[in-house]
Amino acid sequence: MTEAIAEQKDLALLLDYYRRMLELRLFELKVQELYRNARLPGFVHLYVGEEASGVGVCANLKPEDLIFSTHRGHGHAIAKGVPAKVALAELWGKTTGCSGGRGGSMHMYAPEYGFMGTNGIVGAPIPLATGGALSAKLRKSGQVVVGFFGDGAVNSGSFHEAVNMGSVWDLPIIYVCENNLYATEMAFSRATKNTSVASRAAAYGLPGVVVDGQDVLAVHRAAKEAIDRARSGGGPTLIECKTYRYVGHHEGDPGTDYRTKDEVEQWKKNDPIKRAAKVLLEAGLADEKKLKEVEAEVVQLMEDAVTFAENSPEPLASSVTDHVF
Amino acid sequence: MAEQGRVITYTDAGVEALREEMRRDPSIVYIGQGIGPRGGNFRQSRGLWKEFGDERLRDTGICELGATGVAIGAAMAGSRAIVDEVFLDFALEAITQIVQQAANICYMSNGKIKAPVLVRGAMGAVRNAGAHHSHTFYNWFANTPGLKVVVPATPYDVKGLFKTALRDPGPVMFIEHKFLYNTKGAVPTEEYLIPFGEARIVRPGSDVTIIATSRMVELTAKAGALLEKEGISAEIIDPRTIVPLDRAAITNSIKKTGRLAAIDESPSTCSFAAEVLAIAAEECFDSLKTPPKRICSLPVPNPFSPVLENQMIPSVERIASEIRALVKK
Repeated sequence: MTEAIAEQKDLALLLDYYRRMLELRLFELKVQELYRNARLPGFVHLYVGEEASGVGVCANLKPEDLIFSTHRGHGHAIAKGVPAKVALAELWGKTTGCSGGRGGSMHMYAPEYGFMGTNGIVGAPIPLATGGALSAKLRKSGQVVVGFFGDGAVNSGSFHEAVNMGSVWDLPIIYVCENNLYATEMAFSRATKNTSVASRAAAYGLPGVVVDGQDVLAVHRAAKEAIDRARSGGGPTLIECKTYRYVGHHEGDPGTDYRTKDEVEQWKKNDPIKRAAKVLLEAGLADEKKLKEVEAEVVQLMEDAVTFAENSPEPLASSVTDHVF
Repeated sequence: MAEQGRVITYTDAGVEALREEMRRDPSIVYIGQGIGPRGGNFRQSRGLWKEFGDERLRDTGICELGATGVAIGAAMAGSRAIVDEVFLDFALEAITQIVQQAANICYMSNGKIKAPVLVRGAMGAVRNAGAHHSHTFYNWFANTPGLKVVVPATPYDVKGLFKTALRDPGPVMFIEHKFLYNTKGAVPTEEYLIPFGEARIVRPGSDVTIIATSRMVELTAKAGALLEKEGISAEIIDPRTIVPLDRAAITNSIKKTGRLAAIDESPSTCSFAAEVLAIAAEECFDSLKTPPKRICSLPVPNPFSPVLENQMIPSVERIASEIRALVKK
């Protein structure tokens, strides 16, 4: 296949990816609005700006493939197929949420969609995902597993121990580091001397790839190659998606004490959704009208999600002791 | 209780249970450092690698955090996993995965994800290993909702409880005792399982109830035999599992004897012994003839010196002496 044909093939996916990214974005903006209006309990870490990574990876997975996610995981859940309304109901603590209201933002589980959880502990999903991949290999299930984590996780021992094991056992796993440059408030360049996450792959003897995390087709290509290799028994890959969150670490953090407004604005100019729209228009794959239609559909989807979640029942207080074992 | 059978070691009883369960259930994977060709630091996996090979016996480097997380992840994804911390002390490297992930997952997922992972580790003092290799913090796990905690004291219990643990739907802390590995006892050749939450009456008695766990069961039994000669009839009970706990066995005995002592290799503060006394206070207050007593290790790190360590840990003599005083009050 020539590069031009391959590129055409990828472009054909772009409208779908545009829509998916928009779902992630508008979901998070809706959560932000609800949260700021004190309608959601708990804490939320939003994925705004990082959508290309979750979509570009998850669109290449099968429903039965597994992903393990992070504290910034709403986008991953939706990208893997969890319906927005079910995700939102969980953030609302309702029984219709994917964890029945027992989990919340950082403990969303939907194994029926291959979604093995967001996680409140940075670093923890990396060994768990590696274990998922070990299980897939032992069961000969043909599943591929993705472990998502941020730059904050790669300086933890969990990263080192798990990636090392995933590599030595040739497990069907993709380690996807969403490097948004800040671990909470800690700049990656202040936390480590080696700021190339992908280069660390060499230390464990697996391929390391760096991609523009704001280009959904670039993420797609890197992910597809890695997923195909993992599925065919070729072992794991470490992918570093260079990305950025436009929002603070969590809702309530202005996100400007440790980075400049100018830096945030520069990254917004490189927005993955706007970039996808530009390419779609330029390539004649969609017109303004089509993009507006897609957006209107997604807006409606989120309104429906709010209606669903808000009107869903609260858990019975007497059920508090259910499901401990 | 069927106690006929061959006499084998506590270690070998565990190996037998693992072999039988791994044959029965092909989804079991066993992960840990040195459990492959070496057969385990304590010989606790001897012979298994020959039968099950590298696929199911996952020998690892020294990486308890990663290995435990991998085991839990595998269990979440459809396998049944055993992770061997070897020394329970080393579970501290992995405690975030045990407490935050394994223990919580069923609840956090509203029951959708179970993690059938067995975390194995040997606790307690043996051969003056010093502070880093002698901890007895099994009680910490009992304070973590979502974990079952097993502390077998005999080869018979090791085998029967291991088999139950390897059929449990969720995470189980299987905490052996290093000192007991070479002890021997009768183990039937035919299959048996010991249900969780069923205490064993080590010896019946009428004057005092003594609750003991793990290695303390053997020491307490010896103290009980000494006291018997002096006319003190001690009822010794080994709960065998801390979670779930056979509360009825404990309270029924206290209501019968009117006296209670709890023997524990952990220090007394917030210990399992403290829990036993709390149960007695809540449920048997009116039956108690004398204040109940905790007989525990002194609250110091395990000293290296044999003289000091012997001073720290309850001995047969100390147990007997404290019980004597309790009964004569």
